[in-house]
Amino acid sequence: MPLDLFTVGEPIADTKAPMDVPIGERWSERKFRGRLVNPANRRKMTIIVVGTGLAGGSAAATLGEAGYKVKSFWYQDSPRRAHSVAAQGGINAAKNYRNDGDSVHRLFYDTVKGGDFRSRENNVHRLAEVSVNIIDQCVAQGVPFAREYGGLLDNRSFGGTQVSRTFYARGQTGQQLLYGAYQALERQIAAGNVEQHARTEMLDLIMVDGRARGIVARDLVTGEISSHFADAVVLATGGYGNVFYLSTNAKGSNATAIWRAHKRGAYFANPCYTQIHPTCIPVKGDYQSKLTLMSESLRNDGRVWVPKERGDERDPREIPENERDYYLERIYPSFGNLVPRDIASRQAKNVCDEGRGVGPGGLGVYLDFAEAIERLGRPAVEAKYGNLFDMYAQITGEDPYSVPMRIYPAVHYTMGGLWVDYDLQSSIPGMFVIGEANFSDHGANRLGASALMQGLADGYFVLPSTITEYLADGPFPKVDDSHPAAVEALQGVRAQTRKLLDINGTRSPASFHRELGRLMWDLCGMERSEESLRKALDRIPEIRQEFWTNLRVTGDEGSFNQTLEHAGRVADFIELAELMCVDALHRNESCGGHFRAESQTPEGEALRDDENFAYVAAWEWTPEGQPPVLHREDLEYEYVHLAQRSYK
Amino acid sequence: MSLTLRIWRQNGPTAKGKMVTYKVTDISPDMSFLEMLDVLNEQLIVQGDDPVAFDHDCREGICGMCGVMINGEAHGPQQTTTCQLHMRSFKDGDKIDIEPWRASPFPVIKDLAVDRRALDRIIQAGGYISVATGTAPEAHSTPVPKKDSDAAFDAATCIGCGACVAACPNASSMLFTAAKVTHLGLLPQGQPERNDRVVNMVAQQDREGFGGCTNIGECSHACPKGISMETISRLNHDLLGALRAGARPKS
Repeated sequence: MPLDLFTVGEPIADTKAPMDVPIGERWSERKFRGRLVNPANRRKMTIIVVGTGLAGGSAAATLGEAGYKVKSFWYQDSPRRAHSVAAQGGINAAKNYRNDGDSVHRLFYDTVKGGDFRSRENNVHRLAEVSVNIIDQCVAQGVPFAREYGGLLDNRSFGGTQVSRTFYARGQTGQQLLYGAYQALERQIAAGNVEQHARTEMLDLIMVDGRARGIVARDLVTGEISSHFADAVVLATGGYGNVFYLSTNAKGSNATAIWRAHKRGAYFANPCYTQIHPTCIPVKGDYQSKLTLMSESLRNDGRVWVPKERGDERDPREIPENERDYYLERIYPSFGNLVPRDIASRQAKNVCDEGRGVGPGGLGVYLDFAEAIERLGRPAVEAKYGNLFDMYAQITGEDPYSVPMRIYPAVHYTMGGLWVDYDLQSSIPGMFVIGEANFSDHGANRLGASALMQGLADGYFVLPSTITEYLADGPFPKVDDSHPAAVEALQGVRAQTRKLLDINGTRSPASFHRELGRLMWDLCGMERSEESLRKALDRIPEIRQEFWTNLRVTGDEGSFNQTLEHAGRVADFIELAELMCVDALHRNESCGGHFRAESQTPEGEALRDDENFAYVAAWEWTPEGQPPVLHREDLEYEYVHLAQRSYK
Repeated sequence: MSLTLRIWRQNGPTAKGKMVTYKVTDISPDMSFLEMLDVLNEQLIVQGDDPVAFDHDCREGICGMCGVMINGEAHGPQQTTTCQLHMRSFKDGDKIDIEPWRASPFPVIKDLAVDRRALDRIIQAGGYISVATGTAPEAHSTPVPKKDSDAAFDAATCIGCGACVAACPNASSMLFTAAKVTHLGLLPQGQPERNDRVVNMVAQQDREGFGGCTNIGECSHACPKGISMETISRLNHDLLGALRAGARPKS
């Protein structure tokens, strides 16, 4: 592997999980060995929590209940709007209510395997243990999960497992879980335990004596840039899928908080691990601003196909059966249309690359319900999928009962994120990272219904128990605006804000974002190769150069300025994109959502290289012009044996 | 298609606002309403003009961040969120008026963006079940009849967008408050705080300056999630019961 793009530093390792006891006892043992903070001392300590999704909202509420002084920050008007609200499917928990052989160990096993053996066993086991408490907590809060006629909770099954362990609230599970956390948070705000900072964006981390001690944030309404101090900082700011411009993320979802923390010394782990979801509504035109997911459950009855001939522009209903290629059923006779997300996505890309894609630009495949409607009758299909069909009709203006749906893969989730140890502490003492913003639990591929589980596990149960070990050394010496580190950070943010406004070029932030996104999708998307990644790495610095010389941001910094907000986020996405490509290039294997063209089986399936790549790649930032430093954390599998996945 | 837009421009909460006319061309019927506004803003930025400020985030109809008055209707001519309204609902040559939510508890921040934190304060007054993390009993210890659970879910789907307030001639937040009172009041877990919840949430909406409910029903008609007027009946029923039982709002 050519080393011109990075250098190799010291290996790192988690030192917090107690390895001298069996895996099933490590979490209890960790909680027992960790120091506590007594209630009188908690009142003397402040914790900043950035983000109010499932992880941040639940953490801020729980820390407030525990008696700490919490300062909560979010960029929307209300904490109820964080993008966890959009999660549809469900949340996994090892309750074994179906009596179908589920257990904590099985959930642990499925998640490690589903992650294609690139996650840390200790963290995943803890996630599975805590999953059962989450359901209890949410039910007590009044989350209206689906129930059966007997009044008990209903479950459904999801991809990658053989048991039914997914709890759900129709197609709006994320919304209902988030409102549970939001209400708990509002209760703490009313009680005076949590100080709220709505429409406020974190723009830098303040470090004092090697510890995270605060943040610099901009009030998005007044434009005021100010410092906020604490004894510990928690980032719960979500994933970075919007690096691709088009994704299923919210328009405001961004990487700025984690990226600026990275530039202050937090290692960024596995940035190239991106999940691409196979069933989204395709792009319609250049104006497209976001992509909408259609639940994976549609693949239970819909059949995926494209025409056999390239460039066949006939109405799909006029293409006879023998001129259609039901390619998933053809290539994977045993799993058919129900292969995992990464495989379904990649095969859709393959047929479109062959010129057999359908719809505008040839970027789509059919998901056809004609056979299901004939077999089950329209009322049965309506009962099962009615709301999804309505959503599709609303967006596309087409009737999926009479014309096959068109779907295409879209960026959905990022498994990579800031590196954290077992305590969820980053490589910066005093800075903790939870939820999608960290890298911790999903390895190279996340299973369905696991994101909600991780966000709430981190926020309700893990972080509040582990952060005490760090805070037991506090409260730390008081810091205020006059501290040189705070002055430096504040001035840095002001200077960057000024710089964005002063370029006065000709292109909008959105036009750069779109260009970057298209490049990343083409060259660092569903399939990556050395050639494509090198091309991306040549091109990204050129985009960055043009961004900083030809950007146009109207208005000023002292008022509500959405163009300025967007510009700052795009600047960070450009830098992060480069690191993603370096990571993707250095990882010369295919695993989970990371598919390298050079590393595949003779049948074209992802081929892992456990000999050389069974590690977490944790990247250290270096100033511009110097290559990033790779720190490897070796992954060891004591309980789940390494094996190749197969779905043929 | 080509459209004439008349958009409310207002530089800040205390600035005077006015309708300003813009033309947009090459609008595809497949665009969402917000994508049409993106096109306009892109033009304005390149010209060096101030783009139109509007709130939005998920753009899939669930976060509740977007919402404007379109030709006098909250979220426009269809019962959906503004982000899910598509331009095929309009015709070439149409004139479209776009204004912010109009209600004094929702002060304008800029242009079409308003401050809806009053709704969060109504939740703070009692829109929750007091259960600290880690204190919950086993989930199956309390069965909930499916019919109650389903009805609670229907009310719980409220996304807090504020369209009900904007649509109401009285600028009442009754549907918003009633949705939460109904959601929590139908569940066994919500019973212990049921009386206090309803009196405190109602008192808070009065303090915020929302108008009184006169059962007109514009709210439910404009609600992108179809929250039913029945929730308001339930709130009134609960409120009466709570007052009879001696519950009084915290001062």
